[in-house]
Amino acid sequence: MPDMNRRKLLATLAVAPLAAGVVGQAASAENKFKVADSTREKLQKRYFPNFELTTHEGKKVHFYDDLIKDKIVVINFMYVKCQGVCMPVTMNLKRVQNLLGDRVGRDIFMYSITLKPDEDTPNELKRYVRAHKIKKGWTFLTGKPDEINTLRRSLGFKDAKAKLDQDLTNHTGMVKYGNEAREWWAMFPGETNAPWIVECIHWMDGPERKPALDAKQKETKRIEPGHNHSKS
Amino acid sequence: MANISKRNRRREREIKNAAKNRREIIAAGLSRRDMIKAGLLTSAGYLIQKNGLSARAQFGGGSFGDCDRRWWDGSGGNGTPVSPPTTPFVEPLVIPPIAQPVASLSPAPTVAPNTAAGEARTRNHQALTTLPPVKFYEVHQREQLVSMHPQLPLQRLWTFNGTVPGQTYVARYGEPILVRNFNDLPNNNGGFGLQSVSTHLHNGHTPSESDGFPCDFFAQGKWYDQHYPNVLAGFASSHPPTGDINESMSTLWYHDHRVDFTAQNVYKGLAGFYLLFNQFDTGDETTGFRLPSFPNFDIPMMFNDKNFDPDDGLLAFDLANRDGILGDKFLVNGKIQPFFEVKRRRYRFRWLNGGPSRFYRMYLTKSNLSNHPFWIISNDGNLLKNPVQTTTGLMMSVAERMDVIVDFSSFAPGSIIHIENRLEQCDGAGPTNNILPAGQGNKLLEFRVVSDTVTDNSVDPATNPTFYQVPTRVTERITRCFEFDRRNGQWVINDKLFDCNEVRFRVKRNTAEIWKLDGGFNWSHPIHIHFEEHQVLKRNGQTPTLIERGRKDVIRLGENDDVEIYFRFRDFTGRYPMHCHNTIHEDHAMMLRFDIDDVGNNNESSCGFR
Repeated sequence: MPDMNRRKLLATLAVAPLAAGVVGQAASAENKFKVADSTREKLQKRYFPNFELTTHEGKKVHFYDDLIKDKIVVINFMYVKCQGVCMPVTMNLKRVQNLLGDRVGRDIFMYSITLKPDEDTPNELKRYVRAHKIKKGWTFLTGKPDEINTLRRSLGFKDAKAKLDQDLTNHTGMVKYGNEAREWWAMFPGETNAPWIVECIHWMDGPERKPALDAKQKETKRIEPGHNHSKS
Repeated sequence: MANISKRNRRREREIKNAAKNRREIIAAGLSRRDMIKAGLLTSAGYLIQKNGLSARAQFGGGSFGDCDRRWWDGSGGNGTPVSPPTTPFVEPLVIPPIAQPVASLSPAPTVAPNTAAGEARTRNHQALTTLPPVKFYEVHQREQLVSMHPQLPLQRLWTFNGTVPGQTYVARYGEPILVRNFNDLPNNNGGFGLQSVSTHLHNGHTPSESDGFPCDFFAQGKWYDQHYPNVLAGFASSHPPTGDINESMSTLWYHDHRVDFTAQNVYKGLAGFYLLFNQFDTGDETTGFRLPSFPNFDIPMMFNDKNFDPDDGLLAFDLANRDGILGDKFLVNGKIQPFFEVKRRRYRFRWLNGGPSRFYRMYLTKSNLSNHPFWIISNDGNLLKNPVQTTTGLMMSVAERMDVIVDFSSFAPGSIIHIENRLEQCDGAGPTNNILPAGQGNKLLEFRVVSDTVTDNSVDPATNPTFYQVPTRVTERITRCFEFDRRNGQWVINDKLFDCNEVRFRVKRNTAEIWKLDGGFNWSHPIHIHFEEHQVLKRNGQTPTLIERGRKDVIRLGENDDVEIYFRFRDFTGRYPMHCHNTIHEDHAMMLRFDIDDVGNNNESSCGFR
């Protein structure tokens, strides 16, 4: 049904309860709905603010326009001096990047956004990228603290419990993945087995999985970073 | 664990101690009055906050126990909008249509997947030739414009054959069926949902390839033959040739189970009922157990809570929610707050909490705010040994089914009774366990008693009829333990994360096992285990309540609960999951895979320190 007809239709339907004799209850029946945005626009407004961010290479980018729109993306939050979940997730995502091959940076884009924008300047992030030999196609991002916080919450990297939400040592190891044009969004645990994560990301291709030209499709030993890391 | 801070570990330890203390108090047989006298319990029923008795209060303060208004009114917090106002009880309850078989399927079903013709199944049917289907169905998963309330616009939902809930399958033991399931979903998902599906029959005694395993999903344009043998557990093992009558199931449901996208796809409409009858539970109140006749007095009711966009009135799913989605609109069979006209007699209602996340405690509230008692006859769709009456409400977590008998014969025509959920819940972590005063909960449906005189040949539950016995136990081969926890926002089971290709343990076919499930702190989970019904042996060290003392497939794990359950995995082999049925938790990988084979292994059986 075209959007333009919705209101008309609603008006017709709203008569039904009155006709059925439910007078009195129907006082609030006059819901006036605006014509819906496209759902893609709705998602953009609700979840993907177009904040200006800075990459680890010092480039200014807009979150929605430059990083998300029309792309398959993988997004997590971290910070350079993090002693907790960040490092195992970063190491695991490196495996993921290797398995995805040259698709990363071509039609799949990986983003790590700092939770400590005050500390993590573009230079700091660049050092991190170099130190961990992270390859092209995976961009580290910083920005204005309040905007980063809004971005984090709107993307779903928040905790329902206010105290936990503010506790950086407890920040989530979950990673968001999606296909903006297809409006597909979900999350995987950043520490789970890299080949499984790669399968999840490939769902964003739709039924026809796209090949990588140079993917290293052999990880002989199944890696369980979560498991290894968890023994203190 | 390196990732859990010292503070968290301390909190966890405190909470474990508190739970243990509570159990000790219970074990010591102290009555409520004894405890109040001893200063251990307040008159309001809360354990006092010292000596580790209530670690939650000690550590969490307000934020763990009290309702957070941001979630209550939906105005922020989780980004969920406040739904537009709707007038309650303006539309009648819709009863989903009964699925009709087709004469035949073309091409005819085959044991091996018919890949060339577009079938997406990956494994052979285990029982197609030994339990050949006598009825065939064709179901198309497709988009349909559906009204959920006359004051809201039509909703673009995903449906099985055009309705929400989908059509009800009415099946009989001894009559296997085959459903050819087509994925005809549209290219545009309308903001949430993935056009890739796996339909789970919850909780049939179904071979793995037809079960709707989360990773057996199939794409648009493909189809999948699902063979439902409608056979009793034990038919090919302990109770040949027809199986153990005490394993009879009654109320099942089917729903999408696509890994990582189950919550979105089910919220969008992909769910329906599947009822199983036999020579005792006949659907005819003059025969067998004489339960109220289907379909006139035997009514399925699927409860859901959802949110609608305040601007355009369209169904809204919060993609940024990781904890559990709570709706501010309550639906029964796809309609917001319907009414249902009842005659002055007994009815059987098949209640299902269809999710996504909320826990309910159901009451029947009369217009004078007193409770109307009702009888619980089944748990998770499995008839209990005897009916159990309640006047104090009935807990239901996601995916739990409870068949109840409600007697309206004492009401004058014109009387109004509401199904009311009085359990307070403020966020996806779980209910606060506060019970709201009568009339202040969520009214889900309005019964209106009409004057028609009708006969009632159904059994009076007060006569204490006996349905099925709890199946006899055999010595179990192994005990396995599972600790459910959360590590930096990632769900772990025994400290490991989900990977659909990783078989965490192997159950040896036709053996029995005991599983000990241990809930984490701060969270409540409805844990669902596919394939076999289990018996609850102990809950927190105690014999379970009468209602829980039957067969189940969803186990409610409240904060720090530990529950011991018994299974017998019979007849079929293959892959199955155990997962949280808070569908948001499930989609954030609170799941593991186990396989049933003829060898088995002993993984996950080191139960020390748990």
